[in-house]
Amino acid sequence: MSVSNPLADLLAEKGVLLADGATGTNLFAMGLESGEAPELWLETAPEKITKLHQDFVDAGSDIILTNSFGGTRNRLKLHQADDRVFALNKKAAEIARAVADKAPRKVIVGGSVGPTGDLLVPLGAMTYEDAVASFVEQIEGLKAGGVDVAWIETMSARDEIRAAAEAAVRCGLPYVYTGSFDTAGKTMMGVHPRDIHSIASDIGDGPFAVGANCGVGASDILSSLLDMTAADPEAIVVVKGNCGIPEFKGAEIHYSGTPPLMADYARLAIDGGARIIGGCCGTSCNHLAAMREAVDNHIKAQRPTVETIVERIGPMRNTVATDSPAPTRERRGRRG
Amino acid sequence: MSDEEIILSELSDDELVQQMHDDLYDGLKEEIEEGTNILLERGWTPYDVLTQALVEGMRIVGEDFRDGILFVPEVLMSANAMKAGMFILRPLLVETGAPKLGKMVIGTVKGDIHDIGKNLVGMMMEGAGFDVIDLGINNPVEKYIEAIEREQPDILGMSALLTTTMPYMKVVIDTMKEKGIRDDFIVLVGGAPLNEEFGKAVGADAYCRDAAVAVETAKELIKRRHNSRAEA
Repeated sequence: MSVSNPLADLLAEKGVLLADGATGTNLFAMGLESGEAPELWLETAPEKITKLHQDFVDAGSDIILTNSFGGTRNRLKLHQADDRVFALNKKAAEIARAVADKAPRKVIVGGSVGPTGDLLVPLGAMTYEDAVASFVEQIEGLKAGGVDVAWIETMSARDEIRAAAEAAVRCGLPYVYTGSFDTAGKTMMGVHPRDIHSIASDIGDGPFAVGANCGVGASDILSSLLDMTAADPEAIVVVKGNCGIPEFKGAEIHYSGTPPLMADYARLAIDGGARIIGGCCGTSCNHLAAMREAVDNHIKAQRPTVETIVERIGPMRNTVATDSPAPTRERRGRRG
Repeated sequence: MSDEEIILSELSDDELVQQMHDDLYDGLKEEIEEGTNILLERGWTPYDVLTQALVEGMRIVGEDFRDGILFVPEVLMSANAMKAGMFILRPLLVETGAPKLGKMVIGTVKGDIHDIGKNLVGMMMEGAGFDVIDLGINNPVEKYIEAIEREQPDILGMSALLTTTMPYMKVVIDTMKEKGIRDDFIVLVGGAPLNEEFGKAVGADAYCRDAAVAVETAKELIKRRHNSRAEA
């Protein structure tokens, strides 16, 4: 049984929710320099963060995510801000909360939690307990600033998802997690989309929702969606796909997805069984407004096939995730 | 799968090399160290051990990584096993003056702490016989320029995992152009959010989808450069 939470209530009321668009790439458009930490703008340019949240709400988002993706000490260290983890995350939550509370309708605030960037043992030096402690520190700040749910995103490793989920539970927040399926249809650490459901089912009451974000293009994430909803048709599944693929135009980066394309992506996501739909890198407010309209007016149709997705959204960048084939080489006895 | 114990020292040279390919595939560090030492004791040159046992083994790992059969965790274990073998061979290779394929300076761009992919590329390049100078994470343009001027590598490699940091590659390449040194180096870029068009747009010689492709591309571009220099 899931804990009752405002996100659950709103989803029950509306059936399908629209999340928000990109944080990083939209902040670029507002003048963020490549290499600068978006989180530092919470202190130096909070009005710009407020504006981004407000623009998403105005475009129709039911859920906005805090500007705290890189808010663990592991990542803030790079910008000598690892001594301000709690304060920065609290600020991120407060800014989003204020926008949500002013909205004329119910808007949920998700506390964005991204990967630490470190590998867990045995592959790297970070212990599981260290990872939990990093996430607890971040999520405590997010909770103090008033988020409704911990939103763990762009993950690739099972154990890191578990660590973040455990941190959310320790902080007393419901949690959602999404993976980035960017490597041959799986995460770079080899997680198949259909295996996303069971990763943290024993942690707290289990996730409220699971899904995919970022990754490669919109077609690829819809293919991952089909895998996820086929594996567990009852699960609440999130897709927050990139707005096409990044392209340079002059000195600026643009994403290839148009608002009509992202609207069609939203319709296909509904048909594929997604309950929470949003955009990741490149998704602007114009795209979101088109997606809002699609979510409001689309009547769930037949479940698409990968072929339908490719026909309507464009070619996949990666292959469809396959079953883990056993190495086909002739082997001598396996040892170790 | 058989459970029989395999005694490395009882294998013939050919069998041992095959076994080392399997052990690299399975990421068995101690077995690779043992196999490396046995081949050296049997009078193999360090260069032959490197190319026939380690480089060939990592080539197989790289292919399965490229084909979506292996993922980062397995490849990291393999690369760690390879490094253990390299650790034994490196001083001997220097002593014997073994040929090198080339030199690479590699680093993650400014603002980005992600080094998993970059480290893999570094290790696979080393495994393929390149000298690798690793600048680590969060490199501003000055650091790249200083390193390539000092090291005079054949290749500069840049990595980024974030859509907010990948545009920085263009800053580095544009600076190289301003200094008139862009064409002195092969520039390779990589990272999850990148693609081929992006690589072209920032002015790199190639985008490499993964560490295995990086090795293939590096070899190919170096060969082409040697050929065009020979003709010139």
